[in-house]
This record gives sequence, structure tokens and C-alpha cells, in this order.
Amino acid sequence: MTQLNETPLHALHVDLGAKMVPFAGYDMPVQYPLGVLKEHQHTRAKAGLFDVSHMGQVVVKGATYADAAAGLETLIPIDILDLDEDRQRYGFFTNDDGGIEDDLMLANRGDHVFVVVNAACKGADIARMKAALEPDLTVTEITDRALLALQGPSAEAVLASLDERAAGMNFMDVATLNLNGTEAWVSRSGYTGEDGYEISVPADAAEALAKALLAHPDVEAIGLGARDSLRLEAGLCLYGHDIDTTTSPIEGALIWAISKVRRAGGAREGGFPGAAQIMGQIADGATRKRVGLLPQGRAPMREGVPLFASEDATDPIGAITSGGFGPTVGGPVAMGYVTKENAAIGTTVFGELRGKRQPLTLTKMPFTPANFKR
Amino acid sequence: MKYTEEHEWLRADGDVYVVGITEHATSQLGDLVFVELPDVGDTVAKDDEIVVIESVKAASDILAPIDGEITEVNTALADDPSLANSDAIGEGWFFKIRASDPSQLDDMMDEAAYNKMIG
Repeated sequence: MTQLNETPLHALHVDLGAKMVPFAGYDMPVQYPLGVLKEHQHTRAKAGLFDVSHMGQVVVKGATYADAAAGLETLIPIDILDLDEDRQRYGFFTNDDGGIEDDLMLANRGDHVFVVVNAACKGADIARMKAALEPDLTVTEITDRALLALQGPSAEAVLASLDERAAGMNFMDVATLNLNGTEAWVSRSGYTGEDGYEISVPADAAEALAKALLAHPDVEAIGLGARDSLRLEAGLCLYGHDIDTTTSPIEGALIWAISKVRRAGGAREGGFPGAAQIMGQIADGATRKRVGLLPQGRAPMREGVPLFASEDATDPIGAITSGGFGPTVGGPVAMGYVTKENAAIGTTVFGELRGKRQPLTLTKMPFTPANFKR
Repeated sequence: MKYTEEHEWLRADGDVYVVGITEHATSQLGDLVFVELPDVGDTVAKDDEIVVIESVKAASDILAPIDGEITEVNTALADDPSLANSDAIGEGWFFKIRASDPSQLDDMMDEAAYNKMIG
């Protein structure tokens, strides 16, 4: 068995009584004694602290920000050049077939682009950036910093108690704050559908900061189990499940993220892997689409459940890619792919569960209203 | 009370047995969010998959512990699956079964043997 990596907060997770599981090569907390359901509800009601240190933190630097941004635009179909300083944007690496290699967050931090990528993809992402961008740019994985996420309606008050500037940040702002005596790279974002922050701090200061945050009565430690149900209710994709190398951004319903300036007729049209396929799908539509699905019954339908247009149809029209119980919704929620003919909101499709066809309604996402700071 | 290796408990109630799953099982499964019970009147055989339960983590099957006929199901549990977490051996019962061969209970564990099994 391969030795699992540990984050700088590993000892704290064990002290807090977390149940640890292997995830993307790391030994990670799936839940704490509170349990997945209550951790989920606590995050929506107050604030949850997540260890996301397994994710990749990468600095891409050139002579200027614009050099780094222009380099990354050859890999990512997003407007990075015009991103204002101290602002962040969602994006993804595409491949030559127009599929998605990974999704990511990127920030303009003045003289460099700060990129946060998924743990399972970070090795490949960094290799891809180095191969494409060096030696003109430097691509540096930041391995001596932890990454924490503080999410929920109390997050602002909690973080502002450590540095009041946190309260002045808008959704998708980034800033350097002083938290608990430590320089922290903070963004006002997250992956739960709630207001909150992602906080990059030196590894040796991470446990003290986590303890300072957990000392606040509104904050509980939250594991990967609740992180998954929170992001699913928020309609957010889990890479490797809801999007992957075979799904295009158009199929994945992520067309909104492709900046106008990079589309046909834009000032910096194309110039990223798979541009021809992606432009073609923007113009003509894709043959399948990621949609939200609400099971009409109470049984959760999970990843892999095949979807049919009717109770007796022979051939599936798609499959569920993420599904489970949504604690805030109070019932099962799912997302998956269906053919474009069956992709209208309100359509009833059927999932085959334990040999029985069960109806689901195509539903707008998010399933719970987003509570971002605007 | 009798216990099975599948972490079910059986309690005699008149001429039927009340069946549920143990607190050890529910704590391992995590918060239950869905329970699908058999129909009253179903005739079942030992080891038939007759109940589906889902926790926040995954789906599992509950097997019929003995041969018999289902005489009652806990509709309150279907409405509120968390009863199995909060009161596994009380309000969180699953179904009642009339044994067609009561000798099938002879091989089952008592509480001491079950506690030893789960360590």
C-alpha cells in the first residue's frame, strides 16, 4: 500500500476524533464526531472549517502579471489578462478534444497568478503548465502552505474578529490578511454555496489558526462527507465525476465561465486546447448536457444510476454523476447528463434503481439558494 | 433479545418478533436518510433482501433474519429514518415477522455473544 500524504492539520483531525479515509493520496477527515448530517446543517446555519490542504496551490509568474496571464490563457479558455488585481475567477484546463482536464480557481495577486487546482489532478496540472509555459514563466507548486476553507453565514464575523479587513472583501475578492499573527492569502469564495473564505497560510501556522477559528462558538470542523453534500446541493461540479476529460464545458453547463473575449468574435478568440470543438458546441449546442435532477420519491439515487426517457425505454439517455441526500433540501438530490432532447427543465426522466424505474424531475440548480456576498 | 451476524436484533412480542438493527450498526452506517420497508403480508425467507436503507454515505440491504410473514412495518421510521440512529432498539424498529420456523432463532447470539463479536 502506498504511504498516504498528510496535511499540516492531520494531527488536529485525529485529536478532534475525525474518521480518516484515503482521498486523492491523502489521509483526510471524512467526518468528525458531529456526523455528516449535522456538519452539513451547521455549515449552512453558522460556519464550518474545512481542511483543503490536499489541493494544489501554484504560483505562475513572469516578468509581469500580464505575461503570466497570457501564458495561462493558452491552456484555459478564460479571460485572465483582464482580471483585476485582487480578484479571482473560476476556470478549467481543456484538452485537444474540448474535454476538461481539471477545474480550478485563479487569482490576480499583483505580480503573479495564484492557481488552486484539485488534489487528484495537481501533478498532471503542474506538469502541463510547466511543459507549456516554462522557461518563459515560472510555475511553482507551493508545498509549504496549508489551505483552509471557512464557510457559512457566520464566516464573515468569525474571520473579521481576527482581521477586520475580511468583512470588506466582496465575493471573489482576494487579499493578504494578518490572521493570528500569520500572513494569509485569503479569497472570498468556497465550494459550498455559502459565503465564506479560502485561506492559504504557512504550514507551521495552520494548526494554531485552525484552533483559533474553532475556538469561536459558531465554528465546527467539517469533513469531506459534508463538503460533498454541500457542493452537490449548491449544484457545483466534482471533477472526475460531474466533469472529466470526456465532457466539454458546454456539455458540463459551464459555458458561463468561458469569457466572451475568448469566444468567436472576441478580441482573444480561441487559442486554448480544443478551441475548435468548444467554439463549435457554443455555436451549435452539445448533444448532451449536465442537469440538476430531483428524485420524485425519497430514495437517493447515486452516481452511476442510468437514466431513461420513460418507464419502458430500452436505451438510456444518460446517467447520474453525483447524487445523494441533501440535508438542507430534506430529500434526495442529484446531477447527471441527459441527451439534449431531454434536457428541458421540468422534464421527467427515470432512474433505474434496484431494478425499478423511479421518476426524477429536471430542476434548476442550485437546489438551495446560494448565499454569496455580493 | 437475539442478535444476528448481520447486526439485526429480534425481540419477542406475543407471537411475532420485532426486528431492527443495532446501535453499533447505525453508528457505523452514519445518519440514515431513507428506509424502504417490505409490505405487510409479504412472505419472506431467511437472507432475502427485504429492507433497503440509505445513510448519508451509502445504500445497504437488510436481510430477513428468519423465514416468516411480515405482520407490521414501522411507517414512522419510513417517515423519519433518523429514529434508527436516535433509538435503534426502540422507536427505530423496522418490521414485525411471524416465524414459520422458530427453531431458526436457536443459533442466534445473545447480547453477551453479540457484544463480544463487535468487540
